[in-house]
Amino acid sequence: MLNRLDEALSFHQNALRVRGQRQELIAANIANADTPNFKARDIDFKAAMQSAVAGINKNAFQAAKTSPLHLDGVRASSSNTSTAPGEPLFRPVIQGSVDGNTVDMDVERNQFADNGIRYEASLTLINAQLKQMLAALQSS
Amino acid sequence: MSLFNVFNISGSAMSAQAQRLNTVASNLANADSATSANGTPYKSKQVVFSATPTGSPDASGVKVLKVIEDNSPAKVVYDPKHPLANDKGYVTMPNVNVTEEMVNMISASRAYQNNVETMNAAKTMLLKTLTIGQQ
Repeated sequence: MLNRLDEALSFHQNALRVRGQRQELIAANIANADTPNFKARDIDFKAAMQSAVAGINKNAFQAAKTSPLHLDGVRASSSNTSTAPGEPLFRPVIQGSVDGNTVDMDVERNQFADNGIRYEASLTLINAQLKQMLAALQSS
Repeated sequence: MSLFNVFNISGSAMSAQAQRLNTVASNLANADSATSANGTPYKSKQVVFSATPTGSPDASGVKVLKVIEDNSPAKVVYDPKHPLANDKGYVTMPNVNVTEEMVNMISASRAYQNNVETMNAAKTMLLKTLTIGQQ
C-alpha cells in the first residue's frame, strides 16, 4: 500500500530533483559569467529525466559490498558508457568571447527563470496529488 | 540537496565580485596618487577569477585566484610645479585608466545583482518546497 503511494509521487519527486540539479548548474554558469575560460554547461532535461525514471541516475543509492557474492547495484551496468544520460554537457557557443568564456547571460537568465517556474509547477502538481490521495483516503 | 548549493555558488560569486569592486574603488581612489609607500606611483590592480569546485563536482563557484598589478606604462604629465616633478618638469602618474575602471565597476555591480537574484530565486523555490503537503 505505502509502496503504491510512493510510486505515485516518484515521478514528480524525480522531476524536482533533476530540476534542482539543473538550477544549480545554471546558477554556476551565472556565477562564472566573468571567469576566463569557463565553459557554460547544462543538462539535457529529457535524457536526465528518462534515466532518473528508469533508475540509472548517478546519485542512485548504492549499497556497500562486504562479500563478493553480493549483487551489483544498477549503477555498475551503466557506468561504462562515456557520457551517461543526463550528464552535464557543454552549451554550444553562439558568440564566443576573447577570454574563452562561453556564458551567454541572456540564455542563462531565460533558462534560470524557465527552470524555476517548471520546478514550482512540479511542486504544485505534487501538492495536488497529495490532496487527491488524502481525499481518497478520507472519503467515508 | 542541490538547491542549497546554489547559495554556496552564488555566495562565492558575490564575494568575488565584491572583491573586484573593491579593487575598482582602490584604483579610482588612487587615480592621482603620484607616490605610494614604496615611493613609486600607484599601480592599477586587477583581479583574476577562477572557477572552483563548490559542494558538488558538476557545478562550480568562483574564487579570486590572484590580484595582479597592471604593468602597462605609467602616465607622464608635464607639471613643473609638482613637488615630485623631475628635472624636465614631468611627473609620473598612476597607470589607472578611469574609463576602463568605470566599465569594470558597472560590470561587477551587474554581475553581483545577477547573483543576488539567483540566490533569491533558489530561496523562494526552497521555501515553496517546504510547503509540500500543507493545505
